[in-house]
Amino acid sequence: MCKEKRTVACRCEDVTLDEIRDYIGMGYTDLEELKRVLRISMGRCQGKTCLPIVMRELSIATGVPLSEMKPTTFRPPTVGILLGDLAKGGLVHEE
Amino acid sequence: MKSRADVVIVGGGISGAAIAYNLAKKGVKHIVVLEKSYQGSGSTGRCGAGIRQQWGTEMNCRLSKLSNEYFEKAKEELEYHGDLEFKQGGYLILASTDSELELFRRNVRLQNKLGIRSQLISNEEAKEIVPFLVTDEIVGATYHEKDGHLNPFTTLDAFVRAAKRMGVTYLTHTEVTKINVQKGRVVGVETTAGNIATDTVVNAAGGYSKVVADLAGVAIPTYSERHQILVTTPINPILKPMVMSFSKNIYTQQVPHGSIIMGRSDASEPRDLNNRSSWQFLDEMAKTVTSLLPPLERVRVVRAWAGQYNLTPDKQPILGEVPDVKGFYLAVGFSGHGFMFAPATGILLSEMILKEKLTIDVSALGLNRFSKGELIIEPSVV
Ligand SMILES: Cc1cc2nc3c(=O)[nH]c(=O)nc-3n(C[C@H](O)[C@H](O)[C@H](O)COP(=O)(O)OP(=O)(O)OC[C@H]3O[C@@H](n4cnc5c(N)ncnc54)[C@H](O)[C@@H]3O)c2cc1C
Repeated sequence: MCKEKRTVACRCEDVTLDEIRDYIGMGYTDLEELKRVLRISMGRCQGKTCLPIVMRELSIATGVPLSEMKPTTFRPPTVGILLGDLAKGGLVHEE
Repeated sequence: MKSRADVVIVGGGISGAAIAYNLAKKGVKHIVVLEKSYQGSGSTGRCGAGIRQQWGTEMNCRLSKLSNEYFEKAKEELEYHGDLEFKQGGYLILASTDSELELFRRNVRLQNKLGIRSQLISNEEAKEIVPFLVTDEIVGATYHEKDGHLNPFTTLDAFVRAAKRMGVTYLTHTEVTKINVQKGRVVGVETTAGNIATDTVVNAAGGYSKVVADLAGVAIPTYSERHQILVTTPINPILKPMVMSFSKNIYTQQVPHGSIIMGRSDASEPRDLNNRSSWQFLDEMAKTVTSLLPPLERVRVVRAWAGQYNLTPDKQPILGEVPDVKGFYLAVGFSGHGFMFAPATGILLSEMILKEKLTIDVSALGLNRFSKGELIIEPSVV
């Protein structure tokens, strides 16, 4: 780990704020593309934590106001469900 | 935007990107790739990204073999900064009936003849590869250790970035709205960002191949079908190969990231370019996968999504120039395996456009095979 403080932006996929900034600097300025190369918002929480941070960084870098940015698609199921539970047809999950 | 180009490619998925890359590598200067949405928005960014050479037709075997050899060196060749997550864990293809096993025996014979070292194996041998595989309803399998997977986003990105470095213009959020044809020859395209004059246009529009062919007034026999897929949370490596069964309608593979992806098809899908996923899929998928690979009961689904298979009547792609419209090329109808064919697609289309000798004779994959009724049907598709 580096000397500086390592700020984790996406906890599900362990992506740091520095990595996000590096990638934006390399030209990944489309949220959909940034998502797919770094896996941000593709983990268990689907971006509940990281998406606002990533969008803010993109807005700062590109000048596009947040109000004009479209968040990424939220895909089912909204909470991680065990394949075994799905197979049984019971959709109960522990909180 | 450029008002003139040597080649315009419609569609910025893996096919379009690979074609642009190969043309640029051969020295073509003014190449424009037009993508109506974001990079990877089509099937490429929605696919399972499995690569296999175990096919039932000679053409599919040859295309996949050439592509696989390319994937093995793609990261160096494309000088990509990121990870292509290339994995060769093999494909284990299960037979449920004696007649299916007989078909596989023929396939393996063909594959071996073409230099693909696949083999027919017993249930016991299959269990050596996947110890927890339930083989009660299985009568045998085939296996080829060089088959595997790549990350579709980074692989596409690697082609796009390499192409851009060589001068290709790759424009996202730009849609082609018309392909102009005069006296049987392509003369240009109209787009949402202006017109481009050109005498060469490639239709690499994936699920929209028919819509884009229509823009040039050309009818092609492709159709699109929704296919669904899901991914689990990452877990420790437990599943080495892709496990696939045509009769049980499933393919599933653990990718290097640790997550397990799995998909199946549904013959009753409406052909309406819908990309939303359904609960029925989750239900059926979970039942099928846990009966075949019980330990997966304890793995969590993170996401399900859908994309388009662009199919042809014989489940083989259409590659080549449209006979009646000079300068209009097709790279479409990959029937659910266009990711793994992309390196070959890129090489072959660039050779066709530059009138070079083809690395593989794919004259059998031209559009006119349908009117002539010369179809060789690929039997091994899921
Ligand atoms: C669920 C699923 C699983 C799959 N699994 C595998 C697999 O394991 N292995 C494999 O090899 N293949 C697989 N496939 C198939 C594979 O995804 C496709 O064959 C492949 O991605 C096709 O790439 P393409 O570049 O030809 O098309 P696409 O990636 O679809 O690209 C075409 C692009 O054209 C754009 N476009 C369309 N119309 C226009 C227009 N008018 N103007 C500008 N742009 C336009 C679209 O937006 C799209 O991005 C799978 C597909 C699905 C849906």
